[in-house]
Amino acid sequence: MTDNRFFNRSELIGILVLAVFLVVVLPLTLDVFRLNLVAKYLTYAFVALGLVICWGYGGILSLGQGVFFGLGGYCMAMFLKLEASSVENTKIQSTPGIPDFMDWNQITALPFFWKPFNSLTFTIAAIILVPGIFAWIIGTAMFKRRVGGTYFAIITQAVAAILTILIVGQQGYTGGINGMTDLRTLKGWDIRPDHAKIVLYFFEVGCLFVCIMIAQFVRHSKLGRILVAMREKEDRVRFSGYSVANFKIFAFCIAAMFAAIGGAMFALNVGFMSPSFVGIVPSIEMVIYTAVGGRLSILGAIYGTLLVNFAKTSLSETFPELWLFGLGGLFIAVVLAFPNGLAGIWGDYVQPRIDRLIASRKSKPDGWTDSSVADGAPAE
Amino acid sequence: MSDEANKGLLSPLRRKLLMGMAAVPAITMLPPASFAQAPATSAVNTTGLAVTDTEVTVGILHSATGTMAISETGSIEAEKLAIEQINAMGGVLGRKIKFIQEDGASDWPTFAEKAKKLLVNDKVAAIMGCWTSASRKAVLPVMEQYNGMLYYPTFYEGLEQSKNVIYTGQEATQQILAGLNWIAKEKGAKTFFFIGSDYIWPRTSNKIARKHVENVLKGKVVGEEYYALGSTQFNSVINKIKLTKPDVIFTDVVGGSNVAFYKQLKAAGIDLAKQPLLTISVTEDEIDGIGGENIAGAYACMKYFQSLDNPNNKAFVPAFKKAWGEKTVIGDVTQAAYLGPWLWKLTVEKAGSFDVDKIAAASPGVEFKGAPEGYVRIHENHHLWSKTRVGRAKLDGQFELIYETADLVEPDPFPKGYQ
Repeated sequence: MTDNRFFNRSELIGILVLAVFLVVVLPLTLDVFRLNLVAKYLTYAFVALGLVICWGYGGILSLGQGVFFGLGGYCMAMFLKLEASSVENTKIQSTPGIPDFMDWNQITALPFFWKPFNSLTFTIAAIILVPGIFAWIIGTAMFKRRVGGTYFAIITQAVAAILTILIVGQQGYTGGINGMTDLRTLKGWDIRPDHAKIVLYFFEVGCLFVCIMIAQFVRHSKLGRILVAMREKEDRVRFSGYSVANFKIFAFCIAAMFAAIGGAMFALNVGFMSPSFVGIVPSIEMVIYTAVGGRLSILGAIYGTLLVNFAKTSLSETFPELWLFGLGGLFIAVVLAFPNGLAGIWGDYVQPRIDRLIASRKSKPDGWTDSSVADGAPAE
Repeated sequence: MSDEANKGLLSPLRRKLLMGMAAVPAITMLPPASFAQAPATSAVNTTGLAVTDTEVTVGILHSATGTMAISETGSIEAEKLAIEQINAMGGVLGRKIKFIQEDGASDWPTFAEKAKKLLVNDKVAAIMGCWTSASRKAVLPVMEQYNGMLYYPTFYEGLEQSKNVIYTGQEATQQILAGLNWIAKEKGAKTFFFIGSDYIWPRTSNKIARKHVENVLKGKVVGEEYYALGSTQFNSVINKIKLTKPDVIFTDVVGGSNVAFYKQLKAAGIDLAKQPLLTISVTEDEIDGIGGENIAGAYACMKYFQSLDNPNNKAFVPAFKKAWGEKTVIGDVTQAAYLGPWLWKLTVEKAGSFDVDKIAAASPGVEFKGAPEGYVRIHENHHLWSKTRVGRAKLDGQFELIYETADLVEPDPFPKGYQ
């Protein structure tokens, strides 16, 4: 009954628990400031979700997801920046009506590639398509030539470094190292006040669940199984007549688009975009989120992202000068002790106990029905 | 009966102890009593800031980790010292200053996040913080949205003015123009070569410097080159300098790049004793890394040098070294950071309130006579009136004061004719 093309029963319970956690528990227990922080963390969850498909299932380790996060974020930020740079808001500049950083860099007219970003429709399409096409180009160039594994990871790092240098260097067009700051409104709707933050949070959670569903669908489809087969024994899949490169390109593109959606959400929720999310370090951090959560688990990656970012914030608030050591210790502990991350802990220790509990309940049929177990209701 | 008997049994020691215990509540009541003249919290805090009858909380927001930590540590130390000294003098409006320190981690969005946390969660009355322009640009919308008060210490490019920020460093014209005038007059300089790091501050500073050289000094800029942040290869520009033989090399290279730049300059045989070089980006802090022998003879244009000879500075330098170690050096920005808590205290006392709106309104005209750099005053535009000074780097890493403007220089963040 509950087994379908998206999830089996235990996955359904997991998704429902996550939904309750994100939609009910967090908004009720956190103030708007903390909720906005969760919204920021969740933008990375999109990236982690993409990495589960691309790295966990497809076995393609990308150390350059920041590139796609950044591309999506910059597309969104360009739209928001243009709206914030109306002639009225910028009359203090030598050239009113263009973003402030252009004015500082003695640019006197809006560059041609900025112009389409006046349209929200174009921007939304660009958020998905620009990173998607870029990932397709990289993927085609690499996978068709059978470049994989470590070499691929190194090349994605190089791309991340190149894009950072490009953004920082072309500051007249991109805002340089400062990034794009002071984003204010979306189609006239102020994104800064508290009530807007709450709306954006729920919108983001909605998008996240759509992405989770897509990820679940990929996982349960034949495609997902081919990805796993490829990861385990690539040659055998190739000899069976599948075009390995195309599947890899597909997984990489999906991961890129997820990351880009995360980036766009970041620009909306934080009101900010800068090259510090594009480079090598943030890209590796994003892989760490996935590793901590468990790279084989869609939900694990999301919890991992939340946990790491929460630890980051609270450690740095409590120990402003020592927090990096605490965070480093956490990573080392997880990688050494639990190679499959949080999901591994759950799968190895918690899940078997629950299963045994359920099995023992099932063996004594008096008073207990399947449905009460399926709802995940605790006994008594 | 038995009560009577027990009384007689009280030993003198026990009696003393009891008396001592009786005194405990009296002692704990002392601090509020000594602040009896402090105004009521409801009167000085109408906007729900973290102000109690005995304490007021402010935030310190700098990078304690990451690439900027080396520069920002001095600012953190200066702000903590100022707060400690203010508390030793009785605090602000009878309240001790308590600070919450947050780490911006050299990451601009983190700065924004922490600023928001300080304002929204901790309700701090003011924030002393930020260093790079990028971090300030990230924090500024937060300050304006949640109506906070930021004391920003770094010299910067100008083109900004906010109700919610007091700029305790100098803006570009304050830093550059007097220095250029001096070197043009003193060295008869007509040709200038500009070298900067490639970001907003050097670009804007050089734009202003170029206009001044061309329009006011009637000189010529013979070269203008930019290098990416962190760049360490300056050989090609050094060759160009040798070819163009400018009267003055004018630099705003920042951070670690300076180490490579001055070493390569020296290795290429350019003797700074003969080739005038004017920098607006090297303070005592940077010389610590560059090495005095590599930069001796260069001129720096700042508002403060550790070697300044005035009574305020003679008290400040030993106090700073006592608090943070004999080997620490004090650069221009560190001194400007030290001004932040003091200016805030003086403004609060002038306004008679911690409310941000009242502080913003009361700030213009606030003067601090105890500043290590000498006298400073807050302008209507929330920048400081301060003097411009030129120093020559010595072998021991200190600057020797060569020139200072006779009067305070007016801050002009949107200079007409320079944009």
